Amino acid sequence: MNRTEPLVLGIESSCDETGIGIVRGRTLLSNTIASSMDEHARYGGVIPEIAARAHLEALQPAIEAALAESGVTLDELDAVAVTSGPGLAGALMVGVGAAKALAVGLGKPLYAVNHLVGHIAADILDDSAEPLEYPTVALLVSGGHTSLLLVRDLTTDVELLGETMDDAAGEAFDKVARLLGLPYPGGPQIDRAAADGDPTAIRFPRGLSRASDMADHRYDFSFSGLKTAVARWVEQKRAAGEEIPVADVAASFREAVVDVLVTKALDACAQYGVPRLLLGGGVIANRRLREVALERGAKAGVTVRIPPLSLCTDNGAMIAGLASELIMSGRGASTLAFGADSTLPVTEIQVAPAPSAGRDG
Amino acid sequence: MILAIDTSLGSAVAVVDRDGTVLAEAHTDDRLGHAEVIGDLLARVLQDAGDPVITHVAAGMGPGPFTGLRIGIAAARTFALARGVEVVPVVSHDAIALGLLESDDDAEFAVATDARRRELAWTAYTGIDADGLPVRHAEPALVARAEAEIALTGWIWGEAAQLDAGLLGRVAARAIAAGRIIGPDEPLYLRSPDVAAPKTASPKGGA
Ligand SMILES: [Zn+2]
Repeated sequence: MNRTEPLVLGIESSCDETGIGIVRGRTLLSNTIASSMDEHARYGGVIPEIAARAHLEALQPAIEAALAESGVTLDELDAVAVTSGPGLAGALMVGVGAAKALAVGLGKPLYAVNHLVGHIAADILDDSAEPLEYPTVALLVSGGHTSLLLVRDLTTDVELLGETMDDAAGEAFDKVARLLGLPYPGGPQIDRAAADGDPTAIRFPRGLSRASDMADHRYDFSFSGLKTAVARWVEQKRAAGEEIPVADVAASFREAVVDVLVTKALDACAQYGVPRLLLGGGVIANRRLREVALERGAKAGVTVRIPPLSLCTDNGAMIAGLASELIMSGRGASTLAFGADSTLPVTEIQVAPAPSAGRDG
Repeated sequence: MILAIDTSLGSAVAVVDRDGTVLAEAHTDDRLGHAEVIGDLLARVLQDAGDPVITHVAAGMGPGPFTGLRIGIAAARTFALARGVEVVPVVSHDAIALGLLESDDDAEFAVATDARRRELAWTAYTGIDADGLPVRHAEPALVARAEAEIALTGWIWGEAAQLDAGLLGRVAARAIAAGRIIGPDEPLYLRSPDVAAPKTASPKGGA
């Protein structure tokens, strides 16, 4: 196997995007995504069974499209990579089954990897950026996760500093959007509605930000209280027969989310003496989040890195990219006996690595 | 040579030649864990069969519980892609039926399998046709377990707990020999995907 510039195909199916990525070393060749988001819209959230069915339908065409875009054939691959977790179990299983059969069918090694660490690996595929330096703090925000990580080394040492205790930030956006009568997905809708709003109009609570939270939940997040506060505020206005100032509510809510995310991330940078912050996950599409992170990062002397949005949302390229890093650092393949692990801890960067140097040589 | 994969009950794979002879077979009866075992099962049957040239991949399309069923179909599709060969879709119940019809090719009966949610999936058969393929009286359907006795009145029927991938491969071999397409392109879920959807979905969404 080529260990200096391995050609890897990555399969990602942890949520509602079927992602197929192909990389050669650190070079992105294809980032093909099929999304079932529209099918979930009328439910206001991702329905796992709908997502899983969509993965099965999308996989083969997406693989074929990614190969065509890359101009490579399956025979040329050095390895196949797949997300083992965390994510929706039934959705993950489709990717795992597909990846195993693809690897066995091709006689190629298979690398089972961690989705969250994949989000960090996405940054490496951004060839317009300076190389990623370690250690770095990483803030991953999406509809499925809200995690703060300390990355000392991408392939060997990732530590979870904190995560959401209830809703993911993206879920909070979806739920508040519904409260305000805005369609799914909520993130872009709130962003649009907030454009003309006053972010200081209403002071919504910042979850787990009290002095008393600092001991046990300094880097953890909670958004369910915020969602409830918005709901109550809106109800009271409605009960009083007043019109809801949607723009102000959206802007104030968004400010509360962004404030708590950026404050905790920069607090981690300060506490660990790490002047670097990497952002990832679909909620990074939120303009205000990027703005505030860059602005307050600059003030705090922290360099904020934001990969292109196409690499921030769930995708197969980041999975291929992480496997490529594992291969380049000499790691053997995974055994075939792993499954889908919906709660895979972030410390498990590669799942089921073969006990020895690996059967693939 | 045909590689047969079915995960409508447990996980079952086999390598079957074009005459229907089973060269290698491997399975687990576990109704969960399909994703865990599918890779090792595939590797094992290929090795046991002497790493043959695969010309077709037979996929058991169900009916069966969704989560497991999909894994075999996904595997069949990507294995076929890897080898540049066709997927031959097979109604999983046809494999069970063939096992019964091989000893009595005029038999009339219904095959039932667990469909979860206190339901059975069932398909009635009326013998074997000139191509050696089971003749379905009607397409697979769901019935509540509690109502099965009434709904299947007139049929000799039983619930199958296992599926032999060798038989699935043999059904595919006969379909290929006859030049017929006998299974659906899409999985036989028999239920709409939102039956489990809560009134207000819990968004566990994107990226
Ligand atoms: Zn993600």
